[in-house]
Amino acid sequence: MRAVIAEDSVLLRVGLVKVLEMAGFEIAADVGDADALLTAVEQHRPELALVDVRMPPRFTDEGVHAALVIRHQWPRTAVVLLSQYVEERYAADLLTAHTSGVGYLLKQRVADVEEFIAAVRRVADGGTALDPEVVAQLLLRRHSDPLERLTPREREVLALMAEGRSNAGIAEALVVSDSAVAKHINNIFAKLGLPAADADHRRVLAVLRFLEVPPN
Amino acid sequence: MRSSRTLRRALLRARRDTGFLAAGIPLHLALASQWVWGVTIVVKANAWAVVPIPFALFVVGVPALTFVQRHRYRVLLGVDVPRLTPTPERWWPRRALRWLSSAQTWRQVVYHLLLGPLLAALELLVLAAWAVAVSGATACGWAWALPGEERLMAFFYTVVGVVLLCSAPWLAGATARTETRLASALLGSSRNERLRQRVEHLAESRTDLIEAVDSERRRIERDLHDGTQQRLVSLAVNLGLARATLIDLPDDARTAIDEAHREAKAAIAELNDLVRGLHPAVLEDRGLDAALSGLAARVPLPVRLRVDIGERAAPIVESVAYFVVSEALTNVTKHARATRVEVTVERIGKVLRVNVTDDGIGGADASAGSGLGGLAKRVGSVDGSFRVSSPAGGPTTLTAELPCEL
Repeated sequence: MRAVIAEDSVLLRVGLVKVLEMAGFEIAADVGDADALLTAVEQHRPELALVDVRMPPRFTDEGVHAALVIRHQWPRTAVVLLSQYVEERYAADLLTAHTSGVGYLLKQRVADVEEFIAAVRRVADGGTALDPEVVAQLLLRRHSDPLERLTPREREVLALMAEGRSNAGIAEALVVSDSAVAKHINNIFAKLGLPAADADHRRVLAVLRFLEVPPN
Repeated sequence: MRSSRTLRRALLRARRDTGFLAAGIPLHLALASQWVWGVTIVVKANAWAVVPIPFALFVVGVPALTFVQRHRYRVLLGVDVPRLTPTPERWWPRRALRWLSSAQTWRQVVYHLLLGPLLAALELLVLAAWAVAVSGATACGWAWALPGEERLMAFFYTVVGVVLLCSAPWLAGATARTETRLASALLGSSRNERLRQRVEHLAESRTDLIEAVDSERRRIERDLHDGTQQRLVSLAVNLGLARATLIDLPDDARTAIDEAHREAKAAIAELNDLVRGLHPAVLEDRGLDAALSGLAARVPLPVRLRVDIGERAAPIVESVAYFVVSEALTNVTKHARATRVEVTVERIGKVLRVNVTDDGIGGADASAGSGLGGLAKRVGSVDGSFRVSSPAGGPTTLTAELPCEL
């Protein structure tokens, strides 16, 4: 699988290249700003773009805008945003527009190489990866909605679901059986009032509800 | 010796005052006489076509004469008539309007047009007194040329002359002082105007200072973000890579790498908190709502956040509002033993009201040298108001009201 990397700090870019190569990606291009990123994606059509949120020239949220453009114009390119601080607004921007093939992680998460690689692969395969920090923050904040009806265990499951993990991944993290996870998830869907239609899509809807993002 | 010096000084002063008064006569008569002349033409000859003449005299004459008069006070008397620095105004009709509507202009008109002739008369009187004094005092000298019976008369003149000669310097001095006082009151700016201007200057320079501090915080934030933070992250990533790839290392080397990896991540977390407190980049991009939700989310308590501000406030106001909420939430976490916090930020007219309420134990005191005192100062720096209500047993409510525009 091919990937492009957009990160303005050269030092970190070198590290990211090494990590992605270790994950089995072929690095098609590594660039330092959003314009160069869009050009590289157009040229190489990679499976994955790893994008820093804050890049030249404005050093604000170029990466978020570039990610939205990429997901819109080249839907087969998955995007993982990296940020020094996780802002739930950026996560919301991303998830409102696209519910698959997107990820949003703290930069320091890259240091936990194996976990980071797992998250990146998940996104490249069309899944999602949200930083545990965003998820944890949201758990603390949302206390006045249907989420209050969830049991602590169900909230844990929802948090891991929001990070983008599969049932197996959740079962592994919580050290419970797959069927227990499935039961919890069904309870969550019921409590959040999500009808049993397309099971995969309901996961995303639950996460969106969690983020208080209106699904499109 | 000493008395001679005093005498010389008195003489010099008399000369200076008299010269000053003499120079005033044409100036004081200039505008008034021109004005009278202009009005007379208009009224007598019924020649309305020349109406612009007195008006032009007024528009051109008043500032010109004021300028010359100021010059006269400064050069001849060494007195500076206080003045206001005019507020720069690019569009000339507005400048003209401002000039016409200012009280200062009309005080100058009073000085040149009404007081001018009176002062001129007074100055003439002083000059006449000098003339009489000099000629009188010397009467005895040339009286010998006169017939005998006139000599007594001459002696009388001499006495009057000497008396006048002694009192003329005093008269000149008193007149000059009176004129100076009148000029400061009418040509200069009033104390109120000067104070107002001073306040304007101070407010402006304070705003500049606050903005300078704010932009400095941003600069430091950016420097740390682009430099140290990225370096640390890169270090942590490399250590992570080493951990993941160097599997067959001896145990102690592995432990050392693990330890370094953990330390690097802890350092990143600490630095992140510090830098975020300086100035969150998201505040600039997305405004208070986004920045505060990020902030509220980091508090280990349920926070209910409501931000309702519509149009964004000035950057410095947003920055202060963010700081208030940030400090308040830190205090709540550290001291309040609360179970929940409610943060509301709303715009009421031109005021941004920030409200932080917790259900903790209360007893917060803004005067106890705590972070609350610093908050009050920070709010005060943008002319905001700050209140803390925190009875023992709670709840604690902290309210800051900030003007949206500076």
